[in-house]
Amino acid sequence: MTTKVLMKGSEAIAEAAILSGCRYFFGYPITPQNEIPEYLAKHLPKVGGTFLQAESEISAIYMVLGGAAAGARVMTSSSSPGISLKQEGISYMAGAETPCVIVNIMRGGPGLGAIQGAQPDYWQATRGGGHGDYRLLVLAPATVQEAVDLTYQAFDLADKYRNPVMILGDGILAQIMEPVELPEANNQLPDKAWAVGKNENRPRNIVSSSYPKVDELEKVSIRLHERYAQIKKNEVRWDSYLTDDAEYVIASYGSAARIAKAAIKMARAEGIKVGLIRPISVWPFPTEPFQNIVPQTKFFLSFEMCTGQMIDDVRLAIGNERPVYHYGRLGGVIPLPEELLAKIKELVKEAK
Amino acid sequence: MGLIKIREERCKGCTLCINACPKKIIALAPYVNSKGYNPATLTDEKACTGCGFCYAFCPDICIEVYR
Amino acid sequence: MDKVSSFPKTLVDVPMHYCPGCTHGIIHRLVAEVIEEMEIAFKTVGIASVGCSCFCYDYFNFDVVASAHGRAPATATGVKRVHPECLVFTYQGDGDLAAIGTAEIIHAAVRGEKISVIFVNNGIYGMTGGQMAPTTLPEMKATTSPYGRSTALTGYPIKMTEMLALQDGCVYAERTKISSVATINKTKKAIRKSFELQIAGKGFSVVEILSTCPTNWGMEPLESIKWMEENLETYYPVGLIKDEKEVK
Ligand SMILES: Cc1ncc(C[n+]2csc(CCOP(=O)(O)OP(=O)(O)O)c2C)c(N)n1
Ligand code: SF4
Ligand code: SF4
Ligand code: SF4
Ligand SMILES: [Mg+2]
Repeated sequence: MTTKVLMKGSEAIAEAAILSGCRYFFGYPITPQNEIPEYLAKHLPKVGGTFLQAESEISAIYMVLGGAAAGARVMTSSSSPGISLKQEGISYMAGAETPCVIVNIMRGGPGLGAIQGAQPDYWQATRGGGHGDYRLLVLAPATVQEAVDLTYQAFDLADKYRNPVMILGDGILAQIMEPVELPEANNQLPDKAWAVGKNENRPRNIVSSSYPKVDELEKVSIRLHERYAQIKKNEVRWDSYLTDDAEYVIASYGSAARIAKAAIKMARAEGIKVGLIRPISVWPFPTEPFQNIVPQTKFFLSFEMCTGQMIDDVRLAIGNERPVYHYGRLGGVIPLPEELLAKIKELVKEAK
Repeated sequence: MGLIKIREERCKGCTLCINACPKKIIALAPYVNSKGYNPATLTDEKACTGCGFCYAFCPDICIEVYR
Repeated sequence: MDKVSSFPKTLVDVPMHYCPGCTHGIIHRLVAEVIEEMEIAFKTVGIASVGCSCFCYDYFNFDVVASAHGRAPATATGVKRVHPECLVFTYQGDGDLAAIGTAEIIHAAVRGEKISVIFVNNGIYGMTGGQMAPTTLPEMKATTSPYGRSTALTGYPIKMTEMLALQDGCVYAERTKISSVATINKTKKAIRKSFELQIAGKGFSVVEILSTCPTNWGMEPLESIKWMEENLETYYPVGLIKDEKEVK
């Protein structure tokens, strides 16, 4: 039996990576995610792993490419500006069909912005982020336990689909302390016949995203998109809260969804039938739960700590069937449940 | 005593082997290969020493040297 | 008569895409011959960069990872950390190594990353059509320095190998050239030394090879070799820059 331990979100992500069999971490310091590399700098050497601080996020992601091409489970983590720098490399990794896990502990932007937690990188994460026609599998935990579980699974998913997987968190999740149950250490890592390294008994392996012949590149692109279709079919994850009788539905992910739950409790106490759909995989986006709930719903409210990005996916899911509103605070300001409650009440009044 | 064989199809007629040969017994052929290059050819089989200079200088690894 | 030299087994027997007389082909062969002679192809991983040599994975008959423009040393680091028993080398042009990839190469040297760097310096961006590189000589014409490189506007050519040699993690740095059978042999020896040092578990090493780009220099292959010796070499003197013995 595993017992519960109290852990900070960032450290829990780091520990889950180790338990999942990740032995290589390459990264560059940036707030608010420094506890991830710091934890791994301390603990990876104890399990025979390597923690290496790179000279930049660019270099870090290409070290990840090398480690992944060599067949290892590899991770990097950063926060918004650093993730921007990694985008070329993430695109190369998707193109070269190399697995890895990338953690983005989002902060307020654009530019240097602020170090407080925010959710302004949804578009970047869910639309590929870098150049080229590719997707990331993006998982957005709301609790420390979920951060552990999703990080642990992320390495399996990355290997299964030979594609980078992103854990999309924010400064709140990274800093919060909660009791968690840790999974068993994974000692059975998959064989990677395509990886480079010692090659006595096989033909040479090439790991590359370069396909100079257009017809070849088209074929590869089609293959990738068939894989993305499989991911869409198999890996949609979401949760709901008090939606059975809901007349109003909030869409919210990650830390914002925790605030949404608090606001929903308060609204319910006042007799307002509001519920929550919480995407856990933000790519692939859970369109079905939104579509299914349209008949009973008067409006949707996307609650995000940015000016509204996931709202696009809610709209894509339901079309013009119902109004979709947005509420959120910006720049790292954490919205209070009371504010959201006020917004819900205002919209309910308008809807009547 | 030596001999070279030139794989004419690989040859790009760059002339580097011609310059490298101490015996000056390589020249470009009057005809072209399928890529449109005049390939290098050995002009005097008896004079070749098999020194391998031409091989060393060939960027396209067209030359086999025998001794 | 016996065959004394022929196509190395460490190369794939397909036509190479390089321009006629381009010295990239000679350098490929030297790298391949050293690997064949050392009998280490089974544990060699090459890291391709972005430049005319980016398709070297089509030619090298061993494992290759293709990195992005300038990032080969970082990718090599990732591979080497996972497989320390492998021979890992990067193959980089001057635009790749001395412009966009300056940070990656310097820090690989700083860390004493146990990799070998084959640095092919032709003083120009070959692949993209002959633009000015940081290595382009003063007054040298390139498509983005059409009046000749102005040092007032763009500064002076960068001496990367000297800079790398300054780092304590660098155990061996040598500059060679491809201009004669003797210098070709010297280059091969330097490559072998770099690979042997790596196999022996020593640190970072770099072999810079003065090369040519007949196409973008607008010269015949032979003429370009002469031009390289008379011009590039005056700014980038060939010879040993840092030897293993100097390393404490
Ligand atoms: C991020 C990025 N920027 C620019 C390019 C375009 N590019 C491709 S090769 C190259 C220059 C290569 O020159 P060099 O490294 O000297 O190699 P050479 O072709 O001369 O051997 C450039 C700028 C690219 N592929 N990626
Ligand atoms: S082996 Fe020597 S002598 Fe013979 S053709 Fe080649 S360079 Fe000339
Ligand atoms: S050096 Fe090679 S490619 Fe050039 S002309 Fe001679 S045989 Fe042909
Ligand atoms: S462009 Fe220059 S460097 Fe590139 S293959 Fe042609 S001659 Fe060689
Ligand atoms: Mg160049």
